[in-house]
Amino acid sequence: MPAAARPIRRRVITEELHEGPARASAYVCEAASCMSAQAHDITLRLGEKTAEADLTDVTIKRVGCLGLCAAGPLVEIAETGQLFSHVTPDDVSGIVTALQNVSPENTRAPQGPFFEKQLRVATENMGRVDPENLDDYLERGGYEALKRVLSEMTSSEVREEITRSGLRGRGGAGFPTGLKWTTVAKAQGAQKYVICNADEGDPGAFMDRSVLESDPFRILEGMAIAAFAVHATEGYVYCRAEYPLAVARLRTAIRLAQRAGYLGAGIADTSFNFDVQIRLGAGAFVCGEETALIASVEGRRGTPRPRPPYPAVQGLWDCPTLINNVETFASVPTILRKGPDWYAGIGVGKSKGTKVFALAGRVVNTGLVEVPMGMTLREIVFDIGGGIIDGRPFKAVQTGGPSGGCIPAEHLDMPVSYESLIELGSFMGSGGMIVMDDTSCMVDVAKYFQDFCRDESCGKCVPCRVGTTQLWMLLDQITRGEATMDDLAQLERLAGIIQKMSLCGLGQGAPNPIFSTLRYFRDEYLAHIVDRVCPAGVCTIEPAEVMA
Amino acid sequence: MTTVFTFRIDGKDVAGSEGQSVMEVAEENGIDIPGLCHLEGIHDRGACRLCMVEIAGSPKLAAACMTKISEGMDVTAHSERLLEYRRTVTEMMFMERNHVCAVCVANNHCELQDTADELGVTHFDLPRISPKVDIDASHRLFAIDHNRCILCLRCVRVCDEIEGAHTWDVMHRGLETRVQTDMGIPWGESPTCTSCGKCVQVCPTGALFEKGRAVARGSKTRRPFLPWMKVVAEERGL
Repeated sequence: MPAAARPIRRRVITEELHEGPARASAYVCEAASCMSAQAHDITLRLGEKTAEADLTDVTIKRVGCLGLCAAGPLVEIAETGQLFSHVTPDDVSGIVTALQNVSPENTRAPQGPFFEKQLRVATENMGRVDPENLDDYLERGGYEALKRVLSEMTSSEVREEITRSGLRGRGGAGFPTGLKWTTVAKAQGAQKYVICNADEGDPGAFMDRSVLESDPFRILEGMAIAAFAVHATEGYVYCRAEYPLAVARLRTAIRLAQRAGYLGAGIADTSFNFDVQIRLGAGAFVCGEETALIASVEGRRGTPRPRPPYPAVQGLWDCPTLINNVETFASVPTILRKGPDWYAGIGVGKSKGTKVFALAGRVVNTGLVEVPMGMTLREIVFDIGGGIIDGRPFKAVQTGGPSGGCIPAEHLDMPVSYESLIELGSFMGSGGMIVMDDTSCMVDVAKYFQDFCRDESCGKCVPCRVGTTQLWMLLDQITRGEATMDDLAQLERLAGIIQKMSLCGLGQGAPNPIFSTLRYFRDEYLAHIVDRVCPAGVCTIEPAEVMA
Repeated sequence: MTTVFTFRIDGKDVAGSEGQSVMEVAEENGIDIPGLCHLEGIHDRGACRLCMVEIAGSPKLAAACMTKISEGMDVTAHSERLLEYRRTVTEMMFMERNHVCAVCVANNHCELQDTADELGVTHFDLPRISPKVDIDASHRLFAIDHNRCILCLRCVRVCDEIEGAHTWDVMHRGLETRVQTDMGIPWGESPTCTSCGKCVQVCPTGALFEKGRAVARGSKTRRPFLPWMKVVAEERGL
């Protein structure tokens, strides 16, 4: 096997300052959120300061997302677990002192419930490895699973292990991954494709972005394993262009993996060939829908088509195509390394393993978390999330993006799984979790999501193109205090028809925020219509004209 | 060898060959399923959603034009529920832009109007969107009034699949979606348009029309090229 090439854009920061293992290391989060808060300046400054202090046995390493985005820029002393938050250039000398004080006796201190309650599978390397350094990935068990798969397993054994792990699609719908792989493997066709869906578009969701920015090799490894399992030789990562950092790191990762023989012809000295290309999305939410995504990769207008035929049978250029989400591929290497039974042992009911959530909204610890399926919403919002900002009352948590719903306080103790969320009128979705307090008006929230759907409708089918706008108009009328009870009835009727008649998941799911807010917060709708009052004080309702 | 399937539509036993759609077999058997984007002779796209039918055993509705038949399937093409849904979708088409039958060139020759009539749409309840949209009358013979376009894209498909010019295509998305000629240049300046008029003949409404025709004079019955293409396709086994 050829030796791993040095990264082309290897920067000062990753170069070790001495031979042998470092006594102390500072991990600087350089994912998008911390980067936007000038984390890279911190890295450079740390390099300068440690040099000035003549610390030759420390490493300053760029890593991916450390999780606690709310407190960025973040720097972690890896040996002690000490986390510096909201780091400014002035704080750097404090970090240097901390690095000086690290001694071999130090063990990692507990880091509080935000970290302790998580279980990291898809994100196990996140904040641990340099996303642009293949050696770092290899050091943490990277490509072990692929090498074992290629040298010791048949493709059906791989599919069997994935099936046994109980892994389900992490993009939202939760289709059993093993079954999907088997369908593609058994589909007729000499040429097959693997596509990684990285067109994450839900408002408030950043799981896929963080995984790609923090651990891109893992996606490539997961895709290669999948390609072996379904007999594919070509792969595409369909990533939205709004994620420039993720795309750049992925490009670097592809190049490094190709040079090291983990992509291309004869992977890991076997006869298996697989290569990956990147395709950029031009900013259409609907291109996350698999048939629209395929159309976009083919260079056509990104609009969905009715299924069947499913992409597993007739996908990219009419060939059988496996499409999985970023997080699904990210889970695969760990499942194969630690065993399917280990993975199936985590979780609850038919929802196995862990799920990554992007915790956002009115919660103290906004950031990226990975928890076992079956954890209650209360634990996620209050223990991991640290509760509501300013101690205000919790009102609802929105999951599943624009196709999801709002879950009120009385269901906080429901364990999170694909089934339970559907039962509550919401949806797992890709993992966005937006926490709302009493300053949110639920009619306004429904209107926001409807506005999103009408804007993102591709315009192909009538119910979605026209209906989502009409739903938005009715909601707008309600928030202005100009609606009647007849309009509310019309809203519900129309929402039901759009759900049944639309072509793809965008239109079929678009009425969900309305249904779920009506289910749990109907009184707020009534307050707007009957009393002409917005209980949360969000909507501006003109006082009614006094009858003369 | 073609496999023949027998199945049921609205309780009636019907037969069709493998690869046919529910819509095609229904048409052959005199069962009328409404549809505005469907047109015999060009590829279906399942976008107008008027032909949605119930298939026993499936929780979801399916577009009859895009659903391939299978042995023993039990299709319900007409029910109270479907009628209500179809009426609402038809109403959406009327409310989307600015359809005023009384002053439309296609009045009495309009498939949208006929569909509303057949489905018994008596009044409009839904919010009227009514945006300001353009008219392109730059072509020598024809014009397009986007106010009357329902985006069935028959023009796009007939131009591409039958005339082979691919002058028409689609731009923008959602409510902003428009059919366009040659990347958005005025129709009259299009270097690819052959002025064959097929798009005008297949347009179900008054969106595409021949210049110089007065209100209610825009009949669209000259479509001989469509069945002919179907015969060719069948003979060549396409």
